[in-house]
Amino acid sequence: MSRVCFEGVTKRFGDVVAVDDLRLEVADREFLVLVGPSGCGKTTVLRLVAGLDEPDAGLIHIGDRLVNGVEPKDRDVAMVFQSYALYPHMTVRRNMEFPLRTRRVPKEERARLVGEAAETLGLVDLLGRRPSQLSGGQRQRVALGRAIVRRPAVFLMDEPLSNLDAKLRAQTRAELIELHRRLQTTVLYVTHDQVEAMTMGSRIAVMDRGALQQVGRPQEVYERPANVFVAQFIGSPPTNLVRGSVEREGETLVVRVPGGVVPLTPDRAAVVSERSLAEVLVGVRPEHLAVDAGPVAATVRVVVSLGHERQGVFALDDGQLVVARMATDGPGLREGARVQLMARPEHVHLFDPATGTRLG
Amino acid sequence: MMDATGGTPTAREAAYRRHGLFSRARVREWLYGLALLSPSFALFAVFTFYPLVKGAYLGLYRSDPFGLHRVFIGFDQYLHVLRSGGFQSSLGVTFWFAVYTVPAGLVLGLALALLAHQRLRGMIIYRAVFSSTLASSVAVASVMWLTLLNPSVGILNYGLRESGVGAIQWLNDPRWALLAVSLTTTWLNLSFTFIVLLAGLQTIPEQMYESAKIDGAGAWSRFRNVTLPMLSPTIFFSLVVLTIRAFESFGQIDILTQGGPLKRTNVIVYSIYTEAFKNFNEGVAAAQAIFLFLIILVLTLVQFRFLERRVFYGS
Repeated sequence: MSRVCFEGVTKRFGDVVAVDDLRLEVADREFLVLVGPSGCGKTTVLRLVAGLDEPDAGLIHIGDRLVNGVEPKDRDVAMVFQSYALYPHMTVRRNMEFPLRTRRVPKEERARLVGEAAETLGLVDLLGRRPSQLSGGQRQRVALGRAIVRRPAVFLMDEPLSNLDAKLRAQTRAELIELHRRLQTTVLYVTHDQVEAMTMGSRIAVMDRGALQQVGRPQEVYERPANVFVAQFIGSPPTNLVRGSVEREGETLVVRVPGGVVPLTPDRAAVVSERSLAEVLVGVRPEHLAVDAGPVAATVRVVVSLGHERQGVFALDDGQLVVARMATDGPGLREGARVQLMARPEHVHLFDPATGTRLG
Repeated sequence: MMDATGGTPTAREAAYRRHGLFSRARVREWLYGLALLSPSFALFAVFTFYPLVKGAYLGLYRSDPFGLHRVFIGFDQYLHVLRSGGFQSSLGVTFWFAVYTVPAGLVLGLALALLAHQRLRGMIIYRAVFSSTLASSVAVASVMWLTLLNPSVGILNYGLRESGVGAIQWLNDPRWALLAVSLTTTWLNLSFTFIVLLAGLQTIPEQMYESAKIDGAGAWSRFRNVTLPMLSPTIFFSLVVLTIRAFESFGQIDILTQGGPLKRTNVIVYSIYTEAFKNFNEGVAAAQAIFLFLIILVLTLVQFRFLERRVFYGS
């Protein structure tokens, strides 16, 4: 059993609350990705699990054991640092067997474990080299190797891919998923890259300014963002947000935005009328915004092609800009042309303008 | 067309191959390099190369006590110096002086640097205190230690008397004088090693320590596996500099003991000074100076040859 459980964990640095009353459970053998912008407290969460920092309040369990106050070496965790923190004066073999040496694992056993890990990660031919003689990707694998030789209960990974170039990152992402499948160990993985979060996590936990915003399966978080922050952080380009006023139109409610009205599904309309809100924030992902015979008028500002898709920037009547992702084979759009934008009602997210939380 | 002076290295190499070693571009590059070197070369020439050559030359002559005649006696002078008891004893004194000051300076400097590297409130005050001896001149420090070591009013002997050990004639007792001078020298060197080693410590990434902690390394293991290897270039540098300094020390000896008692603190530099400016044996002094130069040269080469292998310079 190696679940990790946070109960009301708070960590302050001076006046800054780095982690604010965190309540979260990482299930046994789960790959949980902590994602958020830099400074959101995600790395602090990792350090609290590792024991490099101690929480000011709250309890942290690893498995069934309360680890508050337990030394890092006694927590049965392994951490992969963003910088890899390899020992430059040691060979790859010495680096990988370091955690075994400090635990006085006998020599033959050490050789066997390092051999296995090297085999798994394709490092066998590199065991005699120094880190300076390795490429970025190889160093990253050595750091992983040093973490897996010990078979810890939990892996902690702090942006392990951020020092790799884009191509290698995509490849290593796949390798890490594969490695997790093989090792079946709990992983707590920190990144600011939402693509990593979406592709790697069995669940993702979105953090902002020390507070947990939403936890869920990637698709869930993507489809039903809990608040404005999540809606804008997950997804690229970010969700378009437009403020609108609620109006009654016959039997149902609509939201009037600059240039038109956005119809609501009956259940969303129910939530809005229940709260008797006069204004809401309307959120539509760029891929759900279509240039069609829609209800909202806008002006084409610029259209760029990314090869596999086009992105169009449109100005609403009050000058606000919204972005739409479109197929490359659609109709050509001239700058300055008037268009009608539309989004299917089920793709329209509504948020409370005061709190930013999701409605319905 | 390929440009011989610029562009990619391969283009330049190709140009060299085509035009040979003395192509106009190559010569121009050489001249440019020499022009850049010339200011430091001029300084070295005036203050190092000329005295060195002049010293070697003077070592071939014997001068009378009044400095009137110079008699050429050639390399016999060097042999004479090498065989003389005075020089051999100076050599021994200098050797022990280095043995007392270099390891102690390194260990103490490292200890203070490790202490001051802790992230604690008010540490900056200690850093300033530990660095302060760098700002005091040899003369001032020596006078200060002269007082501390004073047999009747000095604080050291006060402590010894109070604790029942009894007073020690620090600077007058042949058994203690070299130790007393070494103590002063170690104190003088301390801020240098402290600053250099502290700077070295600060370049070691914190994550390396954190990673080691998670991997089960205790304080000693972290020191041995992270601090020492990562600090090895700095330690090696300090070792070389401290050794050279030990062989070149003069000021504190001149003020504290003038080479006495019974020549027990008569290090080579002091012996050179005595021969040249008290006995007016210019030639003997010059020969000793040349030997000192050779000793330091050989020692430094030996250190580089045998110890540098254990130094890790990073990626």
